[in-house]
Amino acid sequence: MNLTLRVWRQKSPQEPGRIVDYPVTGIIPDMSFLEMLDVVNEGLIAKGEEPIAFDSDCREGICGTCSIVINGRAHGGQKGTTACQLHMRHFQDGQTITVEPWRAKAFPVLRDLVTDRGAFDRIIQAGGFVSVNTGGTPDANCLPIGKAESDLAMDAAACIGCGACVAACKNASAMLFVSAKVSHLSLLPQGEVEKDQRVMSMVTQMDKEGFGNCTVTGSCEAVCPKEISLDFIARLNREYGVSLLKGVQA
Amino acid sequence: MSINTLFNSSVGKKFIMAATGMAMFLFVVLHLLGNLQVFLGPEVINRYGAFLQGNLELIWPARIGLLVIVGLHIWSAVRLTAENRAARPQPYAHQELVAASYASRTMMMSGLIILAFIVYHLLHYTFQVTAINGTGRDFTTLQDINRQHDVFAMMVLGFRNPIVAGFYVLAMTLLFLHLSHGVSAMFQSLGLRNRTYTPVIARFAVAITWCLYVGYLSIPLAILLGFGSNYGGISK
Amino acid sequence: MNLDSKIPSGPLAQKWDKHKFDLKLVNPANKRKFDVIVVGSGLAGASAAATMAELGYQVKCFCFQDSPRRAHSIAAQGGINAAKSYQNDGDSVYRLFYDTIKGGDFRAREANVYRLAQVSVNIIDQCVAQGVPFAREYGGLLSNRSFGGAQVSRTFYARGQTGQQLLLGAYQALSRQIGLGAVKMFPRTEMVDLVVVDGAAKGIVVRDLVTGELSTHAADAVVLATGGYGNVFFLSTNAKGCNVTATWRAYKKGAVFANPCYTQIHPTCIPVSGDHQSKLTLMSESLRNDGRVWVPKQKGDTRKPDQVPEAERDYFLERKYPSFGNLAPRDIASRAAKEVCDEGRGVGPGGLGVYLDFADAIKRLSEETVRERYGNLFDMYEKITGENAYRAPMRIYPAVHYTMGGTWVDYNLMSSLPGLFVIGEANFSDHGANRLGASALMQGLADGYFILPYTIGNYFATSKTAKVKADHPEFKKALESSQALAKRLLSINGKRTVTSFHRELGKIMWEKCGMARTKQSLTEALTLIPALRAEFWKNVKVTGENNSLNQDLEAAGRVADFLEFGELLCRDALTREESCGGHFRVEHQYPDGEAKRDDEHFAFVSAWEYQGPDKPPILNKEPLVYEEVHMSTRSYK
Repeated sequence: MNLTLRVWRQKSPQEPGRIVDYPVTGIIPDMSFLEMLDVVNEGLIAKGEEPIAFDSDCREGICGTCSIVINGRAHGGQKGTTACQLHMRHFQDGQTITVEPWRAKAFPVLRDLVTDRGAFDRIIQAGGFVSVNTGGTPDANCLPIGKAESDLAMDAAACIGCGACVAACKNASAMLFVSAKVSHLSLLPQGEVEKDQRVMSMVTQMDKEGFGNCTVTGSCEAVCPKEISLDFIARLNREYGVSLLKGVQA
Repeated sequence: MSINTLFNSSVGKKFIMAATGMAMFLFVVLHLLGNLQVFLGPEVINRYGAFLQGNLELIWPARIGLLVIVGLHIWSAVRLTAENRAARPQPYAHQELVAASYASRTMMMSGLIILAFIVYHLLHYTFQVTAINGTGRDFTTLQDINRQHDVFAMMVLGFRNPIVAGFYVLAMTLLFLHLSHGVSAMFQSLGLRNRTYTPVIARFAVAITWCLYVGYLSIPLAILLGFGSNYGGISK
Repeated sequence: MNLDSKIPSGPLAQKWDKHKFDLKLVNPANKRKFDVIVVGSGLAGASAAATMAELGYQVKCFCFQDSPRRAHSIAAQGGINAAKSYQNDGDSVYRLFYDTIKGGDFRAREANVYRLAQVSVNIIDQCVAQGVPFAREYGGLLSNRSFGGAQVSRTFYARGQTGQQLLLGAYQALSRQIGLGAVKMFPRTEMVDLVVVDGAAKGIVVRDLVTGELSTHAADAVVLATGGYGNVFFLSTNAKGCNVTATWRAYKKGAVFANPCYTQIHPTCIPVSGDHQSKLTLMSESLRNDGRVWVPKQKGDTRKPDQVPEAERDYFLERKYPSFGNLAPRDIASRAAKEVCDEGRGVGPGGLGVYLDFADAIKRLSEETVRERYGNLFDMYEKITGENAYRAPMRIYPAVHYTMGGTWVDYNLMSSLPGLFVIGEANFSDHGANRLGASALMQGLADGYFILPYTIGNYFATSKTAKVKADHPEFKKALESSQALAKRLLSINGKRTVTSFHRELGKIMWEKCGMARTKQSLTEALTLIPALRAEFWKNVKVTGENNSLNQDLEAAGRVADFLEFGELLCRDALTREESCGGHFRVEHQYPDGEAKRDDEHFAFVSAWEYQGPDKPPILNKEPLVYEEVHMSTRSYK
């Protein structure tokens, strides 16, 4: 396959970036999208040019490191698939492909396609946990948890924190990410104890980071590689309302 | 409850947006039910008009309340839109808004045009400014045989003008668009949704929005097609 | 070097309790006076950092990923073992201990393994309290499954994402401490050297991967939780970023490295599709419960699988191991697949693959049942290969998956360098020559939550070394040598890319020191690797600058270390003249292909001691003494 790549190149957070075109030849349909970028980079290095910086790690769709927008779609638009698991057989010979980083004020570009998603970590640090120390915990089976709740909590907990929801949202909103953690923990009795405080603290931190607001367009759910449901955002809203009525402070 | 948090947090502002949206949605439903009485004839609709006008203690609080609600709805929309724009300072060179419906992407635009329409609508039928009704007749002078204000005649006269009727049709189409996203979104924003309710709410939203659309369109279209043209009151 | 494993005296079952009592404690008020550096934020690192911060120590945690939540522990699918015995099926701490020792082919330390089995119970309690959504039964109690041939159901799991959920639990605990200011987190920061002052580990040199800035951090103890070295094979199921750098640099500063030749090969991975391949993906071994493994009998048979008649197929596992069939253990199944491919009968591109056929299972059970059992795996297979495994057989091939070797540590998890602790996959301690399924997560969390936080206190309470600040000359020296290394890599400006060297090293390792090793292949590797290394330092091309985000430079540093480490791995494999667990020497097997262990001569831990750049390392032997169990032959008949 031969392709034309239009890639966002940016040397540092301070310098302006631009789209640069790269003709790419000899791509095999069995390559993953990131392996295709590897091949492009090998070519660039051989020519003495600096390779395209992009984030990736596990390359099996679970670590959430890879983060590129391909032809306007976060992770490339294959249902339930991260960019690392997207394969070139889904593209046509001769196609032009635009490759960009996540775009959000809260995710500043560090270089080329690499962004800083530290905002997500800070949201978790604000309250995305159960406040237990190591040791002294009761027996794991002392508290039965209904299978339905447990399964629903697992649906929410499946979030890999990649940030595709933010990237795809026209408002760069982080609500799907935040709601997944809020829901995961509040659905379980262990996390339910702190749920009023948690939702208030996490939403406050989310706002501080400069994410946009949820306008229920559903783009986040559609691109989410783990297919996290929009219903969790409704749950967050509900819990936030209760927390607000109780006068909980962040 | 912290009012400060309600007005400053993202989710709080969405609550305001959704709650005011819900109130206006209910108003739109009641307003339609009231207006549909036009099809029951001049006597019924004129009596309804007289009832409303005759209860100042009710109508003014309602008007003030609606004004506050509209104001809050607009305020939250402006704030949220500004924040949303700020959240993505650098746009994509190529973006496809996956799954996002046309309505959901154009809420601000449809909302602004509806606002313009509301202003016109108030001038047209509430304040009855002759200059903008396109008929040259002063609606305030219309009276029926019971010496009540002739609402029926006013509606028939007003909608017989195809330009005015066209503007109403356009505005109702935008309202339909606005509500087609807004109704289900307000349930979402208020957290009144879950795996079981979501499909029910989605169907309800579609059904009620269509009902409103058809209902509101029926009045100007019926009049354009000749409904009420033989009513004596209009020739006075 | 005298390697003192510090195993407590007394009966096996009481060693840990006794040891905990004997450990010197640090007064709670004094804990904040001690600084600890934790490198790595996977299960072991995150849990250790969080727990030590809870206890009151001042913790700094470093990871090269952009967030501590992304460490490769996240990719573990199957589950975590614990001797909870919730299923009333005869499990016990002793049974888990015994299974682990036996699974490790009697090359692990008895006392360590017993302790691991003991604390496994606490891990589950801890994780549930953190909100880990383990699978549950309708009655609300935890669900278990059996795993890795164990005869009891003791594996706890969260769908196929157990590693992810456990890591997120530890990450959340860590995040809580970061939010409280008790842990200072340094993401996108890679350790490039260890600083040793007066014979004790006192700090590290790190590179900020965004700005390229090198800096030093001093502490009273350094904890390495930096994972395994599977990527020395280039292609493995490890994440792209996994590397040996931290433990290797520690080795060069005096921390001896144990059993590097123990590498685990997993039989059911998706095969390589071409030279572009960047990593391999594992699929759960459970597939072999219903799939039949075969290759064509004819060499070079390029027909489509459905056109190969039954009589011309070789179901080689069923043929060679009639009693175990397709469920033969990992190492046996892997080697058998390699053999048929070496004979030229492999399938798929490059001939490196064997069929895993579900046609019979679909006929027997219906497609629906197969979909219910393995649907997610079939989907994953389709995503990667574009093939529908309900219609045509899957192709699988073994891949490097886990490394049992690592930095040598004593019972307190402290390396041979005082003040340097090594936990999780990065150390060598608990799995012997082979790791059982669902035990990696258990070890990482046991070390991090329940062992290191206690034993490190004893070090602080008893250590006589003086507190050192980052302005000590040793820090300056280490910083300068790290700067020089980066500069050197950037100035070579040769012709070959870093990846091409890594890929070539991987090929050497896989072919000469992979599933089957011979004296000859290893000797060859020991000439090839130094030659490749020499070429690397003459001909590698590293682009960009040091003072910016430079992924090419990051990779170059890691590959440079792999090029040295690979040699040690082969040297260890050559020295170990026996077959055990993940280490299979062709010369040492029974006529039926079973691994032939040599307890008389090799019941020891090989601990390699660095001697300098051009000198061979010294082999130290820590004898393995079994007080409780009897060494027997691991048999699968």
